[in-house]
Amino acid sequence: MKDKKLTKVDLIFENDGTCATTVLDKVRAMAQDDVIMEMIDSGLKGRGGAGFPTGLKWKFTKAENSFDKYIVCNADEGEPGTFKDREILDTVPEKVFVGMTIAGYSVGAKIGYLYIRAEYNFLLKKLNQKLDAFNVKIKDKGFDFTIEIRSGAGAYICGEESALFESIEGKRGEPRNKPPYPTVAGLFGKPTAINNVETLVYATMIMKYGAASFKLMGTQDSRGSKVFSVSGDTPNAGIYELELGMTVEDFVNDFGDGDTKAVQVGGASGICVPRKKFADMIIGYEGVPTGGSMMLFNSTRSMYNVLKDYLEFFAEESCGQCTPCRIGCQQLLQGIEAVKRGEKHPSYLDSLKKLAETMKLSAKCGLGQSVANPFSSIVDNFREEIIY
Amino acid sequence: MAKYEVNLKINNIPVTVEEGSTILDAAKKLNFRVPTLCQHPDLCVAGNCRVCVVEQKGAKALPAACATPVSEGMEIFTNSQKVRTARTHIIELLLSEHNSECTSCYKNGKCELQALANEYRVNENLFIKLVDKNTYTIDNFSPAIIKDDSKCIRCQRCVRTCASMQFVSALAVSHKGDKQKISTFFDKSMNDVVCTNCGQCVNRCPTGALVEKNYIDQVWDAVNNPKIHVVVQTAPSVRIGLGEDLGLEPGNRVTGKMVSALKRIGFDSVLDTDFSADLTIMEEGTELLTRLKKALVDKDETVALPMTTSCSPGWIKFIEHKYPSLLPNVSTCKSPQQMFGALAKTFYAQKKGLKVENMISVSIMPCTAKKYEADRPEMRSSGFKDVDYVLTTRELAMMIRQAGICFEDLPNEKYDSIMGESSGAAVIFGATGGVMEAALRTAYEIVTGREVPFANLDIVPVRGFEGIKEAKVLIKDVLPEWGFLEGAELSCAIAHGLANANKLMAAVVSGEVNYHFIEIMACPGGCLGGGGQPIPTSPEIRAKRMEAIYEEDANMAIRKSHENPEITAIYAEFLGKPNGHKSHELLHTHYVKRKGY
Repeated sequence: MKDKKLTKVDLIFENDGTCATTVLDKVRAMAQDDVIMEMIDSGLKGRGGAGFPTGLKWKFTKAENSFDKYIVCNADEGEPGTFKDREILDTVPEKVFVGMTIAGYSVGAKIGYLYIRAEYNFLLKKLNQKLDAFNVKIKDKGFDFTIEIRSGAGAYICGEESALFESIEGKRGEPRNKPPYPTVAGLFGKPTAINNVETLVYATMIMKYGAASFKLMGTQDSRGSKVFSVSGDTPNAGIYELELGMTVEDFVNDFGDGDTKAVQVGGASGICVPRKKFADMIIGYEGVPTGGSMMLFNSTRSMYNVLKDYLEFFAEESCGQCTPCRIGCQQLLQGIEAVKRGEKHPSYLDSLKKLAETMKLSAKCGLGQSVANPFSSIVDNFREEIIY
Repeated sequence: MAKYEVNLKINNIPVTVEEGSTILDAAKKLNFRVPTLCQHPDLCVAGNCRVCVVEQKGAKALPAACATPVSEGMEIFTNSQKVRTARTHIIELLLSEHNSECTSCYKNGKCELQALANEYRVNENLFIKLVDKNTYTIDNFSPAIIKDDSKCIRCQRCVRTCASMQFVSALAVSHKGDKQKISTFFDKSMNDVVCTNCGQCVNRCPTGALVEKNYIDQVWDAVNNPKIHVVVQTAPSVRIGLGEDLGLEPGNRVTGKMVSALKRIGFDSVLDTDFSADLTIMEEGTELLTRLKKALVDKDETVALPMTTSCSPGWIKFIEHKYPSLLPNVSTCKSPQQMFGALAKTFYAQKKGLKVENMISVSIMPCTAKKYEADRPEMRSSGFKDVDYVLTTRELAMMIRQAGICFEDLPNEKYDSIMGESSGAAVIFGATGGVMEAALRTAYEIVTGREVPFANLDIVPVRGFEGIKEAKVLIKDVLPEWGFLEGAELSCAIAHGLANANKLMAAVVSGEVNYHFIEIMACPGGCLGGGGQPIPTSPEIRAKRMEAIYEEDANMAIRKSHENPEITAIYAEFLGKPNGHKSHELLHTHYVKRKGY
């Protein structure tokens, strides 16, 4: 099981200058279904965190019978502790555009939107310049596809795909009911393939090097490599592309400061892995899935403060639409505060864990459903820190 | 496209439904009631409250029954332990956010959240009371609607009603997370924004967050004061709705019992808004014919056509905000309520020898916007406030209960005189298309000397629930003085619900359509679906109320406004002629341009 070690990779940020041209020419010469087959074969799963197989998403979108289809690149990188997409957009934006073009070509979409979070607006000038040239370039190469950029307004929830669509459509960013899924009725009610920035760059690289070489990396469930945003108590904070399949221990050995007591994998909505589980926990879909955020905490950190911080974030960033998320987040936050102050018995934490479970089962979207991840993993593993 | 059938199981019982149905529909078919809060038969699906979550075999999460379409082979459990735990949690969460001082709440006993809490016997103290930790505003500046945010459960029924049904969007969601709330433009009072006071949000609010401003105590004070002469008028739709709030099934006509109850409560004189509805037909019909004459004979291009009705105060406020340039098109006639009010404190007072300062004029309306209308500064033609207090159908039901009157067993009594006589044409004012039908019955006969060419006077094309209806009436063989109308085809349109009204007016503005006369009612189905009518409301309930209205019409001895003897008398004794000097003084008004937000 534990056969992978920490291996650094250089795919995403590899920049030989000719990548866009060669990949686009190659894709243009392929049949749409062959591109999709290549993606399915690669085993690439969405790098935003949810991990839906990218090739299947494209296949479903292509299968829909609609004149209008859309590609959306989700660059609303709002998860606390994640900052890899910013770097990608800053250094290799053309590879993102190429990925969108490949997606557009294979599903039959004519328009692609790059939805970028408001906090990244400082990138807009540069991105737009590159994009103008790129749009001309793909027209010359015979792609009937245009990319436009849309900027968010600062809400975390707009990283949720259907809330993101609402936002592009000019409405309040609130998640929609599913089904229908985006591949059937997404942006403007039309079939839409929505992918994370990093996923689209991997699509580009898979088309460049082929699915077979991508598959060589990673594990059965987690193929390839992944870009990690490393932060917290580490001497090596920054962005690293690593092969999937290592354990948290492998990771901590390289990135920890020697005193790591916990790693929050996957950002605020991810899972907190305590030291005792480092050795067994694989970073990937067979263990702890992640959108790329790795936050390391050493023994000087209060996990109560960490959890409280996350819950304050969720209580504020819930869209407020559904009951479990809007009120549940507030109850979890006020609940641990009350336990800390001694106003509630420590056993109240168990009631709160049940509430978190209800949120996981009944919230309308991924935000509310995932609050239970940090809550239960921190309360279970650091109960004494929450109470005393 | 043919609909496919989908087979699924709910609580192990197989059921077959049409594709596109929701789990909720399928459960209903098997007589399993899944509790809901944000769902409403008049509104689009929201899936917000999550009270209706159910368990789906093989699925990790619990889908919301109201928002999840059925699929082949689905196995659903509506009451598994997993579901019960989640559902109870959700109800408890809502209660933690809700000001549950039920005993002092206006909606006590009629609150859907209270009913649900009662049904699930929740442990209300499980979670921390969030409502105590925040400050909330109670907006009671509007004369019609009170909005209390501490009771709001954010189901967004009101938001969907205001946006999709009424195209007003006075209420919208603002802020996010713990600060999320239902708010108005820049958090202004409902009185200072585009709100039309239609009260459709009140009809659909599951809790006491949106209620009508009630004037029950003021009315009790008046009826219990022997020095005050209290007249009360009852709108057409009250008599077919009131029973629902007093234990009767929808569609019961309770005119006689209602009159009887009002007399027992102690009103000095129980009169009928239907009388002034007949009067409206005389005034409005004459106004239309005058406008047509100016346009066709005098070639006066300044005449505003199409002319629209003006009975619905929600519609008046809507057009003032959204189409101020079209205000000249609105009939200058006051609504029947205000015509009645103006006459009660002039004509009626004179006839009865009353001092107007010792009079209180009350109206019972299916409407919340009428409360606002009565407060308008224009509505003081008698020198006093023409209508002092407006009560909704619901408030009257509350008064009847407070008075300890056993409504079902009351005898049928007749309206007092004068201003208590009416025609069937007036009763149908309560249904969409009714004003049009009443106007046509009279105008056609005035112009041609013959009855409208429809069997039994029932102008069927203008009836029913279609959002926008059209009718054309060919006018021929006219009386000599109406020669200019010979061969003309009168083109009419009818809309109910402000979203439909907006669609129609947009088409009028763009020149896409050409009409002479347009009837608009702000509420779905017309006044019978008004914001002051009993709760709940649904298309089925409104259909029953509509049936009752047309039954009432069919059973009236007089079916045409101009044949109401009291109408003939008031013109002879007091008003002179329709649209005459006195009429203009008392029965007509003007409108105000307002901002679009």
